[in-house]
Amino acid sequence: MFDALITYRVQLLTGAGLTILVAVASLMLATGIGLLGAMAKLYGPRVTKIALGAYTTVMRGIPDLVVILLIYFGGTVTLSKLRGSYFEVEPFTAGVVALGIISGAYMTEVFRGAIQAVPKGQIEAARALGLRPFPLFTLVILPQAWRIALPGFGNQWLILLKHTSLISVVGLEELMRKSVIVAGATQQPFTIYSATAVSYLVMTILSMQALKRFERRLERSYQR
Amino acid sequence: MLDLRISVESLPKLAKGATLTLELAALVLVTAAILSIPVAFALNARRSWVSRAAEAYVMLFRGTPAMIQIFLVYYGTSQFAWFRESVFWPIFREPYWCAVVALGLNGAAYTGNILAGAIRAVPQGTIEAGRALGLDWFKLQRFIVIPQAVRIGFPAYTNEVIQTVKATSLASTITLIELTGSAQMLVNDTYAPYEVFLAAAAMYLAITFVLAVLFRHIENHLYRAGRDPAAQNLKTAVEA
Repeated sequence: MFDALITYRVQLLTGAGLTILVAVASLMLATGIGLLGAMAKLYGPRVTKIALGAYTTVMRGIPDLVVILLIYFGGTVTLSKLRGSYFEVEPFTAGVVALGIISGAYMTEVFRGAIQAVPKGQIEAARALGLRPFPLFTLVILPQAWRIALPGFGNQWLILLKHTSLISVVGLEELMRKSVIVAGATQQPFTIYSATAVSYLVMTILSMQALKRFERRLERSYQR
Repeated sequence: MLDLRISVESLPKLAKGATLTLELAALVLVTAAILSIPVAFALNARRSWVSRAAEAYVMLFRGTPAMIQIFLVYYGTSQFAWFRESVFWPIFREPYWCAVVALGLNGAAYTGNILAGAIRAVPQGTIEAGRALGLDWFKLQRFIVIPQAVRIGFPAYTNEVIQTVKATSLASTITLIELTGSAQMLVNDTYAPYEVFLAAAAMYLAITFVLAVLFRHIENHLYRAGRDPAAQNLKTAVEA
């Protein structure tokens, strides 16, 4: 029963590698959006605050799969029109953009809450020392906000890791898509899909342990 | 640039898909709610092998993508000849029931976890008071623990309901023509992805919005019932 796994191990492992790559790329995009979004929501004009509120509400209300399909097929249509000839968006790009935008909405809330949780006295002290707004943000607010944001940030990573499987629908050969191909070739869907599920589980558990360690390390400077 | 006519024309077909989405979501929620009760009690069980087994179940379903769970139930089960000849096959042959089973088990893990946390948060004093009144275990749970736990866990559960509606979109990957599936079919016909997918997204937003409002009303109702008039009087007296 397990010989199928041994035969196709390279296929499945490259799929798992791509899964991690897509998840990391999406996480970076989401973090960027989240940081900018949080700053705009806290310090920006009213219009951007309202627009960002709408962005979060919309992203919370529609399935990730619909966003992926919209960006993949929509992007293909738009780029084909712009170029005048048929042009297909890379599933990788479409997937990263879609997951990044969705997760970015949640990250905006994570970072906004974290920045707001930084004690006021810290900011007043930094101002009293004559820090300008930029160093105040990067040297005083961010390092402290980061510690508060870490649990929410870690949660987004775990969600992203699992949701990369949705990109298989538009043909990206990450772990999920690879396992569909291998399941078809071997006619052993239960064996293959179980192995795939275990692979995701291992990635999740390792991530959780890494996050816990990381949280403890950041916590250390606050203990006496 | 957007041809809104196509969006409007696609609405009747999408509405048909949306009814299946709602039907699936309702079935999944009921399945998950029923299964979440034993899961929650098992998670809080004093016997460690029971709580360990429940934790493993929750970890398994929360630590893997819902899509692989659906594929395992729908495609995976067909691998074994003995299963194809069993009494379960008429259920597991149908993508409809496979989606309900997979998402129901998935939802039970999340909902069970919420409920278990809520049960732990029930004030110990009320349980002791219940014991002092001579209530047996079942009555204690029925009249003291569960009613309070439901109130404590309700806000988190509202989130879970919305996640469930969104998760039913995965049923489109096993051939079901629910809202996402019907949108994909319409895009194949019209080749107008923006118009159709945005219309579908708007429908999902409408569904989740209505559910959010509905659940907020239920929540308000629940908390009203929990307010003790005597405590309320005391509070106003103190504040005055």
